[in-house]
Amino acid sequence: MGLLDQKFENANVVVTTMDKLLNWARLSSLWQMQFGLACCAIEMMAASASNFDMMRFGVIPRATPRQCDVMIVSGTVTLKMASRIKRLYDQMSEPRYVISMGSCSNCGGPYWEHGYHVLKGVDRVIPVDVYVPGCPPRPEALIEGLIKLQEKIRNESMAKKKAV
Amino acid sequence: MTAQEIYDVIKAQCGDAVLEAKLENVLDPSIKIQPEKIHEVAAFAKNDERLQFDYLSCLSGVDYKGKLGVVYHLYSMTFKHKIVLKVEVPTETPNVQSVESIWKTADWHEREAFDLFGINFIGHPDLRRILLPDDWEGHPLRKDYQTPEFYNGMKVPY
Repeated sequence: MGLLDQKFENANVVVTTMDKLLNWARLSSLWQMQFGLACCAIEMMAASASNFDMMRFGVIPRATPRQCDVMIVSGTVTLKMASRIKRLYDQMSEPRYVISMGSCSNCGGPYWEHGYHVLKGVDRVIPVDVYVPGCPPRPEALIEGLIKLQEKIRNESMAKKKAV
Repeated sequence: MTAQEIYDVIKAQCGDAVLEAKLENVLDPSIKIQPEKIHEVAAFAKNDERLQFDYLSCLSGVDYKGKLGVVYHLYSMTFKHKIVLKVEVPTETPNVQSVESIWKTADWHEREAFDLFGINFIGHPDLRRILLPDDWEGHPLRKDYQTPEFYNGMKVPY
């Protein structure tokens, strides 16, 4: 069974790689930036509440960007709000992830043509990891996006260079 | 009171301020007022014993292309009757008297009309933008408004 076999009295030893351990820890406790922008925020709140219970995935809303791992941009990003979102994102510590939730945040949504005040996609100010389509997406869709993000984190590696 | 009776009371008191009226076959009967007399008419409509329009339910800005307008929806909680007052001003000199001293709710309504239409409310205590950022240029709900290419380095068009 190898060199470590029978060397420990209680045998409660897990062998893994540092990559897998760190990724597992990160994807299992994705703390979420606690803010909502529009009707998508209602669905996000529903996803956090008891019926869907995002906390079972380790998602806890935090009131400060310095304690957050993931920013869920839930709703219409106005030009007035865009600079605030940029600042909040800059205040988050790395590694940090962004889920763009709903059509408005993905591409401007219904405001794409006549919305003089709407940023046509939050990816014009901050990098986005996962786009969740829908107007607004149901809580299941948001949780699907969250699981996609977890898959992404699971395949990360310290050895691989990350595009900035 | 019916719209015709309300019109007669206002016409009798401030006859020269009243320009025209649409009272028949409309959803909301309206009276058009001279813009420099709107404060006087509004104060009368609120304080008169027969009218008692104690509630300004809405104040809106309108762009009629070449002219800008302000529309006041008045309602009386006492008598349950209502009337609409309208004023029109040229786009180049959009000066309208403020009714903030009569109905406090007009404060933010007039700031919004100033923000989005650029209507200048004379006598308003704090006329500045309410929705858009302070460094915004132009008044977006005007018909001739051109969406800028960039705002603070962010591309605006799709």
